[in-house]
Amino acid sequence: MTAIERHSFDVVVIGAGGAGLRAAVEARAAGLRTAIICKSLFGKAHTVMAEGGIAAAMGNVNSKDNWQVHFRDTMRGGKFLNNFRMAELHAKEAPDRVWELETWGALFDRTKEGKISQRNFGGHEYPRLAHVGDRTGLELIRTMQQAIVSLQQKDAAEFGDAEARIKVFAETTITEIIKDGDRAAGAFGYVRETGNLILFEAPAIVIAAGGIGKSFKVTSNSWEGTGDGHALALKAGSKLVDMEFVQFHPTGMVWPPSVRGILVTESVRGDGGVLRNSEGRRFMFDYIPEVFKEKYAQSEEEGDRWYADPDNNRRPPELLPRDEVARAINSEVKAGRGSPHGGVFLDVSTRLAPDVIKKKLPSMWHQFKELADVDITTQAMEVGPTCHYVMGGILVDPDTGAAAGVPGLFAAGESAGGMHGSNRLGGNSLSDLLVFGRRAGAGAVAYFQSLGGNVPKVTDASITTASDHALAPLRNPGGENPYTIQADLQQVTNDLVGIIRTKSELEESLGKLKGFRARLANITCPGGSAFNSGWHLALDLENMLLVSDCIAHAALIREESRGGHTREDFPKMSAEWRKVNLVAHVENGEVVVEKQALPEMREELLNLFDVEELAKYMTSEELTRHSKGANA
Amino acid sequence: MTRTAKFRVWRGDANDGALKDYNIEVNEGEVVLDVIHRLQATQTPDLAVRWNCKAGKCGSCSAEINGRPRLMCMTRMNTFTDEETITVTPLRAFPVIRDLVTDVSFNYKKALEVPAFSGPANLKPGEYRMEQIDVERSQEFRKCIECFLCQDTCHVIRDHEENKEAFAGPRFFIRLAELDMHPLDTLDRKRAAQEKHGLGMCNITKCCTEVCPEHIRITDNAIIPMKERVVDVKYDPARWLGSKIRRREGL
Ligand SMILES: Cc1cc2nc3c(=O)[nH]c(=O)nc-3n(C[C@H](O)[C@H](O)[C@H](O)COP(=O)(O)OP(=O)(O)OC[C@H]3O[C@@H](n4cnc5c(N)ncnc54)[C@H](O)[C@@H]3O)c2cc1C
Ligand code: SF4
Ligand code: SF4
Ligand code: FES
Repeated sequence: MTAIERHSFDVVVIGAGGAGLRAAVEARAAGLRTAIICKSLFGKAHTVMAEGGIAAAMGNVNSKDNWQVHFRDTMRGGKFLNNFRMAELHAKEAPDRVWELETWGALFDRTKEGKISQRNFGGHEYPRLAHVGDRTGLELIRTMQQAIVSLQQKDAAEFGDAEARIKVFAETTITEIIKDGDRAAGAFGYVRETGNLILFEAPAIVIAAGGIGKSFKVTSNSWEGTGDGHALALKAGSKLVDMEFVQFHPTGMVWPPSVRGILVTESVRGDGGVLRNSEGRRFMFDYIPEVFKEKYAQSEEEGDRWYADPDNNRRPPELLPRDEVARAINSEVKAGRGSPHGGVFLDVSTRLAPDVIKKKLPSMWHQFKELADVDITTQAMEVGPTCHYVMGGILVDPDTGAAAGVPGLFAAGESAGGMHGSNRLGGNSLSDLLVFGRRAGAGAVAYFQSLGGNVPKVTDASITTASDHALAPLRNPGGENPYTIQADLQQVTNDLVGIIRTKSELEESLGKLKGFRARLANITCPGGSAFNSGWHLALDLENMLLVSDCIAHAALIREESRGGHTREDFPKMSAEWRKVNLVAHVENGEVVVEKQALPEMREELLNLFDVEELAKYMTSEELTRHSKGANA
Repeated sequence: MTRTAKFRVWRGDANDGALKDYNIEVNEGEVVLDVIHRLQATQTPDLAVRWNCKAGKCGSCSAEINGRPRLMCMTRMNTFTDEETITVTPLRAFPVIRDLVTDVSFNYKKALEVPAFSGPANLKPGEYRMEQIDVERSQEFRKCIECFLCQDTCHVIRDHEENKEAFAGPRFFIRLAELDMHPLDTLDRKRAAQEKHGLGMCNITKCCTEVCPEHIRITDNAIIPMKERVVDVKYDPARWLGSKIRRREGL
């Protein structure tokens, strides 16, 4: 057997995106010895790609904004299926998390008064997204990276060793959470560069491993989005919630084929970009759903006026929540009114001057110029839906990030579920990463401190099992090629579990997904274990498959359409279904999805909404109870 | 419009390696990284390559294409003629790990040597006030995606391992400049740039600026102003203090 490198830490954080880094800062700040593990180089996590901004009700641009308004917008965006407590904590704490970034050196764009500037985004009532041009994620990741470096500099000064209390293990992939009884005891994986196996013994483990986009064919996600965090938690005995809700961002590039899926930031629409079909019609006016009718402009003229005078006009329907816009584009293309390459037109050149476009949307300008030969200051972009974000994730305790069912396991960021309900608003992820990254870090610290000497142990048997499992693709004689399986899997999810779903297709997908298990067991990876990309993919595939299975199962059970889950055979939203979360776990190797009651919003939070609005989402029985509560 | 292209890719590890020839299919609109991926999927599954976003945003996929340091995901195939052989080799300034993957830990070591942002003690979170025009200069440098192409191309370290100890390289000159121009940073960056980070070894060839995929004007906007200021600072401490307290326009 290959020698196994062993390390011991107080807290291990899996993931170096915004959530993982914020968790690590919290653990290290409490004086605990903390490891950060990531698949890529330090500073390259998927968070780097975020563009538009980070949502926080600082009220810098419109002083009417506050946490209550942000909370309301978030619940509406998620169609009231959000875990209310998470949405509440998020809205309350986001401003502090943004301001804290400034003290670590972040340089956001400014208002005239020298405060952090905030921009409009879909579903947010007021300008709310702090931003740096259209590269906000880069600023966030670099700032957090530099915050970690500054802690290391302090340790270097104090202990003569920069890595005394916080160490980054880059290009290292975790394949398994190891337990002692029902408690987390360690994380096992391999070092990509050498292929060496590695064990981290730690009683507290934070999963912040990002999303699942790579399970789909057309996606805006980087290669890391293979659902590892989701799968690690499931395999360790924890649970996933809301997995049927997958966000398809309405505007991904559609041409050339090699860049299909790459994101076109929502800021293009926030800053004035309009959507048109092949007939030149601003079709979004035809797709304003009943629940949003009063909140959006009914004519192009009113929509146009809103940019200059938001107090007296309603916003244009291009800024509806993402699920609405994505479905609308999908319908236009299906109806034969799409653009030449199967998308629709997004045009910002008609409303903004070329130099303003280059200044406000520099990366978009570059992206289209360099990858598609399109000059967005004079030409329209072609865009279509792309798999962007998973609302579902590890079921956690809102306040501490503790993962359901496994003491010592915590989760935050895109790997965790609940916060966004059935649909996430733009900008609410970056703030989620920081708010709940910090909370999960603090949760891990409190748990560690509560243990006293009673620390779980990693047994030799569990190490052998984990290493046999990891090395299997290098030893198998089977002959299946991991790249081919990946392409086939992505095709199945795309065709059968995609943006519009039906019972028969979902059932078909479950059958097909089952068929992949045998193929996975037969993968062969030629070459050694040192930086062997085929082997890496083979191990990622297992996670992609498990996650796809959860999505398909949950999607089949939920017989309604809501947010990031659209059933052609159940096109309406159902108040009965709103009371239900679908929760997945693994039993004897099979995914089992069960219904669980959605936590009920506290009365004082319910009172933030008009009863007429609640009536659109809730059952009459719930409403009666609420009006009684309000009178009491 | 599928065609077959001739690729020559460096294969090997720290001990040994050689260029290997491949004929491989190319479709309309593709970039070099697409073709490398197709090589992995169809001909050589264990080909080692770093990438992440495939959108020019993370700086992972740096390599040398026909000898020029570039991002593979932002190099379009239509910039080459159909007959041309496209040679892809790992970054030369850093030790090879395997195939196109190099050991870039040098850069992380240098990052650790630059003292972090140090804000004013009297301002609480949320109280920072800065003008857009003042943050813009530093923002240009914060566009850096850490692809390390500038480090790779800089002749001071490209073929001179011995200089690496004393020389931080252009990536970290812009980091120092960024902090120096940060309206609220309180540390002395200029003197350190010269004395600790080897700014003096740069002789302004501008090669770094030429390869930067983010079009950061490394030499004109960071290195040259830093060098000028270093001269100021070194000979006139009073003026240095002045520049920290009230930043002068145009410097
Ligand atoms: C193009 C694009 C633009 C976006 N723009 C915005 C925006 O403007 N505003 C907004 O709020 N949101 C935006 N989002 C969403 C947001 O960027 C993501 O949801 C968020 O960055 C996820 O962060 P994270 O910390 O959860 O994980 P990630 O940043 O995805 O990081 C995951 C980390 O986990 C590591 N990891 C994964 N698996 C393993 C494993 N097995 N072992 C070890 N390490 C592992 C990875 O290496 C990585 O370091 C955007 C997303 C995309 C794709
Ligand atoms: S200008 Fe200076 S830093 Fe840039 S490549 Fe030339 S010598 Fe190196
Ligand atoms: S300055 Fe430019 S070339 Fe250098 S690392 Fe940053 S982005 Fe790359
Ligand atoms: S893969 Fe991210 S820059 Fe090329």
